Amino acid sequence: MGKETEEIIMAGFGGQGILFLGKVLAETGMLTGQNVSWIPAYGPEMRGGTANCSVVISRNEIASPIVTEPDTLIAMNIPSVARFVDKIRPGGTLIYNSSLIDQKEFRSDIKVCAIPANQLANEVGSDKVANVVMAGAYARFSDMMNFDAFIKAFPTLVPGKKKELLELNLAALKKGYDCANSTH
Amino acid sequence: MAEKVLMKGNEAIGEAAVLAGCRYYFGYPITPQSELPAYLSKRLPEVDGVFVQAESEVAAINMVYGAGSAGARVMTSSSSPGISLKQEGISYIAGAEIPCLLVNVVRGGPGLGNIAPAQSDYWQATRGGGHGDYRTLVLAPNSVQEMADMTVAGFEFADRFRNPVLLLSDGVLGQMMEPVSLPDPVDYDIDSKKWALGYNSKEKHERNLCSSIFLDVDELEEHNWHLYQKYQVMTDLFSTGEYKDFAVEEHLCDDAEIILVGYGIISRILKTVVEKCRKRGIKAGLVRPKVLWPYPAHVFERLAKTANQFLVVEMSCGQMVEDVKLSVNGKKPVYFFGRTGGTIPSDFEILNEVDKLVRPD
Repeated sequence: MGKETEEIIMAGFGGQGILFLGKVLAETGMLTGQNVSWIPAYGPEMRGGTANCSVVISRNEIASPIVTEPDTLIAMNIPSVARFVDKIRPGGTLIYNSSLIDQKEFRSDIKVCAIPANQLANEVGSDKVANVVMAGAYARFSDMMNFDAFIKAFPTLVPGKKKELLELNLAALKKGYDCANSTH
Repeated sequence: MAEKVLMKGNEAIGEAAVLAGCRYYFGYPITPQSELPAYLSKRLPEVDGVFVQAESEVAAINMVYGAGSAGARVMTSSSSPGISLKQEGISYIAGAEIPCLLVNVVRGGPGLGNIAPAQSDYWQATRGGGHGDYRTLVLAPNSVQEMADMTVAGFEFADRFRNPVLLLSDGVLGQMMEPVSLPDPVDYDIDSKKWALGYNSKEKHERNLCSSIFLDVDELEEHNWHLYQKYQVMTDLFSTGEYKDFAVEEHLCDDAEIILVGYGIISRILKTVVEKCRKRGIKAGLVRPKVLWPYPAHVFERLAKTANQFLVVEMSCGQMVEDVKLSVNGKKPVYFFGRTGGTIPSDFEILNEVDKLVRPD
C-alpha cells in the first residue's frame, strides 16, 4: 500500500512554464483516477516575475487543497529554493534545476535530486520544455503515478497541436525521467 | 454525468451556465474572475448566444435587467469592487422580481484592496448591498464541481423565485483547477415566463410590464409585503422544506464537542482541521453553510443542544460569525478566528485556535 496523498509545490520564474508543469501533474493524476487539485499563486505580474503552483493528488477526497507542507518541491530557480525549501515535509523531496541553481548542500532531512533541466531540454531541441523535463523527473519519485501515466496524459495536455510538439514534450519527459533514474 | 475534465472554477461556471440555457452574458473584466468572461466570449457565440463586454459594471447590470425582463436566462459576474458598482441595478432587479445569476469572485477589500482571495463581502451579499427591503439568495460553493452545480441550481432557483441569485465565491475557487463532471444540458425556452415582456408576443394580450417603480405609497407597501412573503417562503424551503439538506453540509457533528463553522474554501481547510483534531482525540465537527441567505439557522439550533462551543473561521475580520451567534442565540459560546487582506489561514493556525479553546491551560 503506497501513499494516499502527494502534495507538490512547483516554483520558478514567470515564463518557465510552472503552471503548465502543475497541470501536467494534475491531468496525469486525474487520468489515473485520482482526486486532484491545482492552485496557482496568481498576482499582477506576468513574464519575468515569480510563479508558483500547488498540486494535490489523492486517492481520497481532497479536503484542503492549500499546500503548506509539501511532500515535494520542484524548484526551477534560486529564489524558489530560498522561499520554499524550509516548507518541505521532513523526509520529503527537493527536485531542483541544477542548470540555474548552483547550490549543492540543502537540508539533511530531505531527499535531493539535481536535474539540469535547461541543459536536458536543449538536448531534445528546445529550452522551453525544461518544465516537462522536471515532470519526467517527478515521475521517478511519485508513488501514485508511473511514467507510463504521464506519457498517456500528454495528448490531452497538448491537443490538436503539431505532432512534433507532442514528440518534443515526450522526449523531454523521458530525459527527465532517465536523469532522475540514473542519479537515484 | 459526462467524463471528468480539468477546469478552473471560473471556467466551470461559464460552461455550466451555457449548459443551463444561459445565452446572455454582460460584464466588465476584473481579476480574479476574468477567465469567466474570457471563456464565455468564446463559448456563447458558438451557441448563438450574446456576449457583451459593457462599458462599465453599471451598464452591464442594467443589460442583465433588460435581458432578464425579456425572459432570458442571463448572468453577470465580477469581483468585489465591481459588485459594489452593480448594487443599484441589483436593487432594481430585486424590486422588479427579475431572475438572473450574479457571480462574485471575492477579492480583498475595502476599496480597491487587492486581487487576493477574501470573504469580506459576506455582509454585502447577505444583507442586500443595494437600497430597499430586498433579499438575494446566496449560494456558497467550495469546489470547482460545486461552482458548476450551483450555477445550474442558481438559474433554477432564480426562475422559481423570480429573484436574483448570487453565487459567492472567492479568488481561490475561481483560479483553482479540479476535475468536473459537467451537468447535462437544459433546453431552456425563453418564451416560458408568463410575466416576461416578450411572452407569447404573437398572440394579442395585455402587455406585461417589469418595473420597480410604485409611486403610490399603498402600492409600494403592498409590493414590499409581497416580497417579504416570498422571502419567508424561501426561508422555510431552505430550513424545514424541500431544500433543507441542500442548504448545509455537516461533517462528524453528532458527537462533536466543538463545532467549526466556515463556508467556501475555508470549509475545505476546516475539514482537514477536523481530521487532525480527531486523530488527536479532540471531538471536532464541521458545519458548512452552502446557502448563506436564507441562513441555515435550524442546524445551529439543534447543535447548540449537543456541542459545547462553536468556532467560526472566515477570511474576514468576522462577518458570518454574527449569523452563527443569532442562530445559536446565546445557548453556547461562539468564538471567531479570521485572517484578512487576502491571507488564507493555514490548518496549523486554526488547529492552534482549537487547542486553546479545548484545552485552556
